[in-house]
Amino acid sequence: MEEIVFKKDRKKRVAQQCYHCGETCDITIESDEKYFCCDGCKFVYQLLQENGLCNYYELSEKPGIRVKGKFSTERFAYLENEEVKKKLLRFNDGKQCQVSFYLPQMHCASCIWLLENLHTIQPGILYSKTNFQRKEISIAFNAGEISLRKLVELLAFVGYEPYISLKDGEKKLPNKINRKKFYKIGVAGFCFSNIMMLSFPEYFSAGKIEQQSLEKLFSFLNLTLALPVFFYCSSGFFISAWKGLRQKWLNIDAPIALAILVTFGRSVYEILSNTGSGYLDSMSGIVFFMLVGRWFQDKTYDSFSFDRDYKSYFPLGVTILKNGKEETATISGLQKGDRILVRQNEMIPGDAVILKGEGKIDYSFVSGEVTPVQKKKGELVYAGGKQIGGMIEMEILNPVEQSYITQLWNNNDAFSEQKNQDKSFVHPWSRYFTLLLFIIAGCTALYWAANDVSKLLPAVTAALIVACPCSLLLSATFTFGNMLRHFGKNKFYLKNSSVIESLSKINTIVFDKTGTLTHPAEALINYEGVILTDDEKNLVYSLTKESIHPLSRIIHNELLLNFQVSPLTVSDFKEISGKGITGNIDNHWIKMGSWQFVCDDESITEISGGGMVLLSIDNKYKGVFRISNQYRPGLKPMIQKLSEKKYELHVLSGDNDSEKENLENIFGEKVIIKFQQSPQDKLDYIARLKKNDYDVEIVMLGDGLNDAGALKRSDVGIAVTENTSQFSPASDAIMDGSVVNKLSNFIKYAKAGKRIIVWSFIISILYNVVGLSFAIQAKLSPIVAAVLMPVSSITIVVFVTLASTYMAKRKGL
Amino acid sequence: MSVLIILIAASILVATGFLVAFIWSVKSGQYDDDYTPSVRILFDDKPAPSSEKTSLKPKQK
Repeated sequence: MEEIVFKKDRKKRVAQQCYHCGETCDITIESDEKYFCCDGCKFVYQLLQENGLCNYYELSEKPGIRVKGKFSTERFAYLENEEVKKKLLRFNDGKQCQVSFYLPQMHCASCIWLLENLHTIQPGILYSKTNFQRKEISIAFNAGEISLRKLVELLAFVGYEPYISLKDGEKKLPNKINRKKFYKIGVAGFCFSNIMMLSFPEYFSAGKIEQQSLEKLFSFLNLTLALPVFFYCSSGFFISAWKGLRQKWLNIDAPIALAILVTFGRSVYEILSNTGSGYLDSMSGIVFFMLVGRWFQDKTYDSFSFDRDYKSYFPLGVTILKNGKEETATISGLQKGDRILVRQNEMIPGDAVILKGEGKIDYSFVSGEVTPVQKKKGELVYAGGKQIGGMIEMEILNPVEQSYITQLWNNNDAFSEQKNQDKSFVHPWSRYFTLLLFIIAGCTALYWAANDVSKLLPAVTAALIVACPCSLLLSATFTFGNMLRHFGKNKFYLKNSSVIESLSKINTIVFDKTGTLTHPAEALINYEGVILTDDEKNLVYSLTKESIHPLSRIIHNELLLNFQVSPLTVSDFKEISGKGITGNIDNHWIKMGSWQFVCDDESITEISGGGMVLLSIDNKYKGVFRISNQYRPGLKPMIQKLSEKKYELHVLSGDNDSEKENLENIFGEKVIIKFQQSPQDKLDYIARLKKNDYDVEIVMLGDGLNDAGALKRSDVGIAVTENTSQFSPASDAIMDGSVVNKLSNFIKYAKAGKRIIVWSFIISILYNVVGLSFAIQAKLSPIVAAVLMPVSSITIVVFVTLASTYMAKRKGL
Repeated sequence: MSVLIILIAASILVATGFLVAFIWSVKSGQYDDDYTPSVRILFDDKPAPSSEKTSLKPKQK
């Protein structure tokens, strides 16, 4: 007797959705004929309604953020602490205060609207201003009317709980957006266009302007305009080149700086000695184009943070017990032997021993394991876990800086430093280019020294001017900039452009299983056993509603989606960790859980394994829910494509091997699949791969903090996340879970990008050959330089932009 | 030919005006956030007046 219970009901009805947050829900909680998934959502709705802010619901569809769990204000107690306050407030004159928060939940126009109208809800708030891309809000408030704690409580109450971490307490970020690059581009653009305009008369009169006085005026005006370009706008190139040279390393900025210097020097000489008008137009042009190119490439994703260290994961404040009294303190001040209180949903701030209370610790953050772990008095708990049960008291053994998780993290710092730095193939190219350039200039010098010494200097300087590798730089910056945008459009966010290059070299791919290959929130449910009546389904629904265990949640959601439920009151509800749940509904005793728990049998059977939830009603066995991981769609064809292309594939899983068959079905038999890998194992595995074979270039896909070490150690670490507003471990790139199946396309596109740059190099070299042929004959007139420079730059920019857009289409992005 | 000089002076003056305007716009933060203002402009000026305003106290359970 086998039946997939719920499949039949599917699509029959659309489940009721919470008016506030859009979560599917039943119809028990109601207000104004609108239904809510929980009291939290209802309260927020009522609050907004009282204050006439219902516009919130009209601007976007179901904009609300689900209020998770019970709203407790206790955990913000640390905000009363003066030291904490001092660290957080940006401005404080005793009356008016200013503070800014990071609100990861901000996601739509409604959010902006509500957050900027906070002052209508709460008197005392003077104004609030959001920056959507950075997901930041800055609030000015009157400290006399509302405290910082109250303010944070209000934000948390409406669903936007500010993310205040240990990092915030460390140093006050100046939080200035780099405006310098805009100034530089503006000034360079202004000077470039004016110099161009003043040079036109010369272009059209073939270098001879009849009135001497006018020619002089134009030249000197050009020189004045070129000064800010040379001294201000191009300073970045000189600094970078100088830094490179000091480390005995010739980067691409070195020949560019040389070209700018030579061009400027010769132009100044020509103008002052009255022998010509110089090449200032070309010089300001390349500076302008290169600045624009850099800005284009560096336009990063403001709201993502790729460089999180452990500090951004831990809260700023903690409650400590001193002489039996509760006090708030900052987490960085914790010391060995301190007694602390950890409340529900709070994070454990250091390795500690439980003194009072019972720990139910969710280590999903650290190990990826979703089932909470039971810890008793006297047992050791590690930093990074989250307490789900009631309040516990514990004694700190290791503060956060020395905790197990931080050690794991810091082990890797040495590797991450050198990663992706100066690996770009643009740099070696530019070195050959520079070398060749010097050879050509040398030959030119030798030739003219033998034939006509007066032409020696003009020819050599002209060669250096013309051969500036600016188009080389432009092609790389514009190609990568455009590619980053195409990746971003496909929900794949790269840290910077050098990640594209690393990605193009990849030959080994390592996957984490849970959360990366599988869907963290969804699961396949199969029911086997006696077919349940509607009443019985209702009993199951009501019971699972009470529990927070992941398996209960899965069954609960599945029923909610596919079946008209009307929840009943449960009495005598009991949840026994690691075993199951039981309760009494309408005089029916319902038991759900493991084989041992439900059937009271210790023997091992086919249905006693993990992922099985047995059901008995009034002590009569009904059936079993088999819950298995739901793999992301499109995985199998992608894996096939990857293995056809001879990529080496590995799978590392923190779970047990119950999924072995399914994984082998997807990956084939040859792929190495490892189970029960701890974070350290994963890291060691990557390290071993790298050690055994020097040519191996690894991309690692992982989701949790448990993969953080491995992500850092691999050449490209990709953090997979369901929701980009969530926190992801430090990585080179962040990938939305829905596009994991596009990985092969992404890699192909990265490879195509490299080809595009090589082609554009060829084009730019052709231009250089033409320019050099003029230059070495000492015939380079300013007009030839002025035409060649913009034409070559513009061709390169247009070519790489079109080519990278075309490639994105062809590679299916 | 002096008219040409006046014209050049005028043109550079105008261009400088634009440069100053640009620098001012950067300085006043117009380039810091290039997304939120585009949403903000669509909002009504004031939220609808509230009928019965009660003081806020997060309702705790």
